[in-house]
Amino acid sequence: MLDLQRTLNQVKTAADWVSLRHVTEKTTQRRVRDEKVDGNSVFFDQGVMVEVLVNGHFGFSGTSDLTESGIKRALGKAVAMARSGASQKVHNFTTAQRPATQGSYSSPILRPMDSISAKEISDVLVDATCAMKVSDKILSRSAGAMIVETAFHSVTSSGAEVRQNFSIVSTDFSATAGGAGETQTRSDGGGLARCLQIGAEVFNRADILNRSKRIAEESVELLLADNCPNETLDLLLAPDQMTLQVHESIGHPLEYDRILGDERNYAGWSFVKPEDFGKLQYGSPLMNVTFDPTVADAMASYAFDDSGLPATKEFLIQDGVLVRGLGGLESQARLNLPGVANFRSASWNRAPIDRMANINLEPGTSKFQDMIASVERGVFMMANKSWSIDDYRNKFQFGCEYAKLIENGKITKTLKNPNYRGTTVKFWNGLKAVSENRETYGSPFCGKGEPNQVIRVGHTTPYCLFANVEVFGA
Amino acid sequence: MNFTENTKKSFNTVADFILANLQPGEEANVNLHAEESLFIRFNGSKVRQNTTVEQKTLSLLLQKDGRTASFSFSITGDEAEDKSRATFWLSEARKECALLPEDPYQVPLKNNGVSDSTFKGSLLPGEAVIAAITQPAAGVDLAGLYCAGPLISANKNSQGQSHWFATENFFMDYSLYLGEKAVKSVYAGTHWEQKDFEGNLAQSKNQLRLMDRPKKTLAPGAYRTYLAPGAVAEMATMFSWGALSFTAYKQGGSALQKLADQEKTLSSLLSIRENYSLGLIHRFNSLGELAPESLDLIQAGQLKNFMISTRSAKEYSVEGNGADAGEYPRAMEILPGSLKEQDVLKELGTGLYLSNLHYLNWSDRMNARITGMTRYACFWVENGEIVAPIADMRFDESLYDCLGENLMAVTDFQAIDPMVLTYENRAFGGKKIPGMLIKDFKFTL
Repeated sequence: MLDLQRTLNQVKTAADWVSLRHVTEKTTQRRVRDEKVDGNSVFFDQGVMVEVLVNGHFGFSGTSDLTESGIKRALGKAVAMARSGASQKVHNFTTAQRPATQGSYSSPILRPMDSISAKEISDVLVDATCAMKVSDKILSRSAGAMIVETAFHSVTSSGAEVRQNFSIVSTDFSATAGGAGETQTRSDGGGLARCLQIGAEVFNRADILNRSKRIAEESVELLLADNCPNETLDLLLAPDQMTLQVHESIGHPLEYDRILGDERNYAGWSFVKPEDFGKLQYGSPLMNVTFDPTVADAMASYAFDDSGLPATKEFLIQDGVLVRGLGGLESQARLNLPGVANFRSASWNRAPIDRMANINLEPGTSKFQDMIASVERGVFMMANKSWSIDDYRNKFQFGCEYAKLIENGKITKTLKNPNYRGTTVKFWNGLKAVSENRETYGSPFCGKGEPNQVIRVGHTTPYCLFANVEVFGA
Repeated sequence: MNFTENTKKSFNTVADFILANLQPGEEANVNLHAEESLFIRFNGSKVRQNTTVEQKTLSLLLQKDGRTASFSFSITGDEAEDKSRATFWLSEARKECALLPEDPYQVPLKNNGVSDSTFKGSLLPGEAVIAAITQPAAGVDLAGLYCAGPLISANKNSQGQSHWFATENFFMDYSLYLGEKAVKSVYAGTHWEQKDFEGNLAQSKNQLRLMDRPKKTLAPGAYRTYLAPGAVAEMATMFSWGALSFTAYKQGGSALQKLADQEKTLSSLLSIRENYSLGLIHRFNSLGELAPESLDLIQAGQLKNFMISTRSAKEYSVEGNGADAGEYPRAMEILPGSLKEQDVLKELGTGLYLSNLHYLNWSDRMNARITGMTRYACFWVENGEIVAPIADMRFDESLYDCLGENLMAVTDFQAIDPMVLTYENRAFGGKKIPGMLIKDFKFTL
């Protein structure tokens, strides 16, 4: 067992400050297709990231060699890297960007994952694919679960010590129906969108079987549905699509490292400029968006970011006005703007960068049925299946799995191949109703950074109605 | 011993230990991914973050009584520690096999031979990298990533198979900026030549000068369009998103289903193959199977082969062709045509010259329709002359149109598009891609 504090005490270095971050992560993937095993794997990863501050520049060195000599070798590399980078550094950082925090966090779970066996999980997944057998038009039925148990432990030479333990389960159920030269796939909220900090209680057999049967029926229903029309009308989005809408057109453009240009060469930058904070009318007055790490079961809930900054709920957009961005202490120092605790790394082998974490749309006052009733002609879309947005997070095009036509205040028929496109600020300024109820989704796979890193994000959102949106079908 | 030598010794020790400790009725396949990497991230021609990473991950696939379990864990190079970890995870794999249902498409392990390749590169010393990049970039706004170091993939199994592939390589993936306008390049290889890098940078600077004109904003519509190799490479990546997977085809998820079923056609100018002679990646897959040196995927517009893994072959009673489990091309080449480089602008005439595309996704998978954005050095061309850089545009276009009857010409030159992905670990591979001239490429926003 690695004693991180003892290891830190044994390390002698010329650095101005040192941190050791030990990460262990066990990822278990179980997949079933058409009632047959389609893969079972366990990936156990562990390593230490050594971080040092030398001459105002942070240097990082990660190693999976946890022996004393391995960590000392990493320390030597981190010091050399920090020293060589200091002459050309983007900013003169200090230990003010690494507060001496002490504390801990654990995911709130009802049943620990070790209370359920591989066989029990596998049986539920087999039964789920069996429940999807609703028609001879079903071509493929799949069920999967990704269970992640993670422990972060960090200590620093300035006395910080943080422990955070996460229990995360992402489930994925989908059915593909085929006929007459086309196929239609329906999933449980979009690929792996149903992901939470949760325990074994997530494997609720009755609930899973109900959901599985419903999506299979809907995949068959889509085969006979009309194509989504090509026109500009009202668009009602369900929380499982709002997740993607919030993620791409609010979360990413508000990340300070994109605004600063760090991300330009890979994922791009942002239409938002530093002077926009406090002024830009990002959306209609119904739009209230928060960075909220306190949602009990959301994917990116935590107590501290990887710099040690305590994580608190903050408004990013209030009554439609942009008030705050998503930047950790390093970006806040570079931009001289307030931010949030979102300086996060994917694991021990990557340096932290600005990440969106849980970005949520606050609830409104509308009842769902009243929102439908208010629409003369519109489309109600659910579950993301296609996403694309530009460098600046402006021109987007998203596709969904399933839609309903709304005519004269009533849902009239099912539509297939629904897509919509628009530009970010215009789209959000068209927000004309927000429901009072919300649902939580997320993604285990938000990619960003050079070197690349995938990280977990959560989004809790209501149903939202937008005016004058260009929608189209296949 | 250097990292590569040390890793080879560790891998042989721990893999042989696992294989020697198998019980009767057990078979095992062991893979290694290892790297010692230097990552330096630049913004504004300054250092944003620098990181070194040393990691060695062993993957153990255990087969017993028709069950399959797969476990991955890191090794350290310390013999006692690594054997201890191997013992623990082998035991966990046995427990898992005892609990799991039978795996109906389990692939019996075979001896697919022995190979041993180590390529030594000539990389910049770590302390010299920053000056080597920032000095010639003086005066321009550069953002990007330098990545270098040894990279290893190895495999052994209980049937006596053994493969080892190690290389030392680097890439400098960068963009230069003029305000919001940018050009992009990548300098990659196994032997860093400062003059070559400076030449690459000088070419990018020259291209950036072309951007120093007011942007032209175009209305949505269909335009005659030249896709440079960098743009075609982005489009070719979509062939890896299930399009060429035989499993995806059988389960209704292939974007080329209508091509396979001969309901749609692609241009006779389009030919795509797997070509391992490019030397960008080893031929053995994660089961140690050797892919053919060359495999035609699309030949003169006709689908010749899907990528078929051995597991998929067993399920559907067909012949496999060495594809890995994901059934995507690992060494893709799009074959060249006859359009000469000096004729590109003349043949384009009036239209769009697109250096890169960005953030592609299927917008209608069944009709192979893709949406995405223009990115970096993209120009409006009139009568064979570059007139102005363009404001970014969104396209939404079917492969059956743009690589079908609207594909007018393919260049007689190709460019290597090296793999620069570094998710969790550095990836091997790359593509060899020509440029393409397309009629009526459709833009929507």
